[in-house]
Amino acid sequence: MASAFDYAPAPESRAVVDIAPSYGLFIDGEFTEAAAGKVFKTVSPSTEEVLSEVAQAGAEDVDRAVKAARKAFEKWSALPGSARAKYLFRIARIIQERSRELAVLETLDNGKPIKETRDADLPLVAAHFFYYAGWADKLGHAGFGTDPRPLGVAGQVIPWNFPLLMLAWKIAPALATGNTVVLKPAETTPLSALFFADICRQAGLPKGVVNILPGYGDAGAALVAHRDVNKVAFTGSTNVGKEIARTVAGTRKKLTLELGGKGANIVFDDAPIDQAVEGIVNGIFFNQGQVCCAGSRLLVQESIHDELLDSLKRRLSTLRLGDPLDKNTDIGAINSAEQLARITALAEQGEAEGAERWSPACELPGSGYWFAPTLFTNVTQAHTIARDEIFGPVLSVLTFRTPDEAVAKANNTAYGLSAGIWTEKGSRILAVAGKLRAGVVWSNTFNKFDPTSPFGGFKESGFGREGGRHGLEAYLDV
Amino acid sequence: MPTTASPAQPFADVTASDSTLRRFLHGLPGVDAVGLEARAASLGTRSIKTTAKAYAIDLAISMVDLTTLEGADTPGKVRALGAKAAHPDPTDRTTPTTAAVCVYPDMVATAKEAVAGSGVKVASVATAFPAGRAALAVKLADVRDAVAAGADEIDMVIDRGAFLSGDYLKVHDEIVAVKEACGTSARLKVIFETGELSTYDNIRRASWLGMMAGADFIKTSTGKVAVNATPANTLLMLEAVRDFRAQTGVQVGVKPAGGIRTTKDAIKFLVLVNETAGEDWLDNHWFRFGASSLLNDLLMQRQKLATGRYSGPDYVTVD
Repeated sequence: MASAFDYAPAPESRAVVDIAPSYGLFIDGEFTEAAAGKVFKTVSPSTEEVLSEVAQAGAEDVDRAVKAARKAFEKWSALPGSARAKYLFRIARIIQERSRELAVLETLDNGKPIKETRDADLPLVAAHFFYYAGWADKLGHAGFGTDPRPLGVAGQVIPWNFPLLMLAWKIAPALATGNTVVLKPAETTPLSALFFADICRQAGLPKGVVNILPGYGDAGAALVAHRDVNKVAFTGSTNVGKEIARTVAGTRKKLTLELGGKGANIVFDDAPIDQAVEGIVNGIFFNQGQVCCAGSRLLVQESIHDELLDSLKRRLSTLRLGDPLDKNTDIGAINSAEQLARITALAEQGEAEGAERWSPACELPGSGYWFAPTLFTNVTQAHTIARDEIFGPVLSVLTFRTPDEAVAKANNTAYGLSAGIWTEKGSRILAVAGKLRAGVVWSNTFNKFDPTSPFGGFKESGFGREGGRHGLEAYLDV
Repeated sequence: MPTTASPAQPFADVTASDSTLRRFLHGLPGVDAVGLEARAASLGTRSIKTTAKAYAIDLAISMVDLTTLEGADTPGKVRALGAKAAHPDPTDRTTPTTAAVCVYPDMVATAKEAVAGSGVKVASVATAFPAGRAALAVKLADVRDAVAAGADEIDMVIDRGAFLSGDYLKVHDEIVAVKEACGTSARLKVIFETGELSTYDNIRRASWLGMMAGADFIKTSTGKVAVNATPANTLLMLEAVRDFRAQTGVQVGVKPAGGIRTTKDAIKFLVLVNETAGEDWLDNHWFRFGASSLLNDLLMQRQKLATGRYSGPDYVTVD
């Protein structure tokens, strides 16, 4: 954006975080090398700079970690809830104290803007630990019996889009309810989980209660297949989710899956337009659209289509793409070359199938993985870009004529994770929300998260709920 | 740059009767308060440093309507204010002048003399400021008096009582009459007293009402009530002038007033201007700050940026 008022670079300092040249696996309270001696590099997606070399877990390491978690389970689950709460409160406070360091780290490893890690990810991470710390000594009042028991060892596999937040969603309820965990972070974003391992040590958490195994899909597969795991929790793609469901089928493992989405953001003709535009932008460009509950389908009432699109395009022209560490950056880098290739291919398919592509004038940096904010108009339900999850900054714009048509189109998807409704009419919000087959329905806002609110999907978006009182159930023997 | 036109003709149908005007104003898109405030807060996190900060400080100084609106105002006080407006920082003559001084009508002549030759304009509040509770004839006499004394700009208050009781046409016609009394020489700023209008929907309606009636500027508040300019109400008014120009081609200015005291605050407002209305409004012909203590903070920050040291309040003039 060329303007008289040209914001000078305002980078957050990297000096607040000290990244070691190499990291081990975190098993039984110690950092250790992988049994097979394998390592992998983790890079900063905005520059392709190698940040560190990380031990790569294999099946043997999974076995060691599960054994450590099993050993720790006996004492951890026998602690009074108030004692477990103490550890969780301590972890939450340390996260707050180290939040700037962790925000910079997450931005470096993931590529998302510092504005988001600082103002969204980290506050939510701490809030999640605080929230579940509060439940630890009140489980008898959660509606699952007077003394609900933990399941045992939880095997958890998390994605790269919100590395530390997804860790918090998994680990906080598991520990509060008395389980021990083995968690595998994504191969492109292992660092914040390893820093979290350090926080566990800082908090004096007993050895083996939390084990962190950086690695690839094979380590994740070995973890969910391990015979001594009682609970499997996965957040990630629908395809991998289906594989995990097949692996777990026929065992006594309890399973929750939080998978893909193709969220519909429905804008009625009486919507507060300026705020709807903000909600659309937040819905699809937050974290470069790499959000399972992204509002990737905009359903706009035909009578305001042109007006809304004009406003939206004008707004997109003010988005600032670039150095994720710059405090004024709105759009950061795509997480990996692989993801960038997928987004690029799907956008090309959108064009090939006849949808009209538009992006604001926007210069992409020379190195790293970048994709300009993109919207497609003239999209119909038949287009691939209206059906497949893109997981990138690409918005498909469809129209509808009546509320019934809006609901029908919103529900016409294999997914069912999120939806948004924009209207000034309260009765319409309630009527439409009741008909949408989506786990989260936002009205006159989008992508708002809170630890007290359960989150999860319908249909191919998965099952089970994380967050809130409901989130306890996944980790209790009920 | 589009110039200010007389009352926009496209709205002749709208302002034809009370009911058409009401239908139009109530048909404007609603404002979601939570979303509006969240957007204003998020723009408030922009980090404006080094060269951008220097640009913003000078721009903000040039946009100040340096204001004194006290019962205790004297010619001496107004002359001091005029001198300050013309030479905000006596130790650094590269400092821009403020846009205007803003005084009561009886001080206009004194103010004119004080700023003569400096390019600083004289703005005068009128129309029974701040309450606006007087007969139209009295308000118009107040305006004509200020204009005759040489006021370059008139800051009028709308009849909030009429607005809140739904008598939009009365508010509209009063603005039209004041605009006429301003003649061709004075630009008209219309003050809504947003703190009394209370809802964001009302602020959007008042903005369109004022612009349709021929306002050259829409202004948040008098500075005399509890809630004055806020980032959210200013953002909303910036959206209104942006949309009005898109629809009519007529550009209208915005003036937040009251409660903006620090450089940090002022820069946040400039970010709102930049990212909402756009750079066409980054000029004191189209954006103003109604303020008094803000100027000294801007000057101290300007000195700090130039010298690397924070000089303190003894190194700016107290007026």
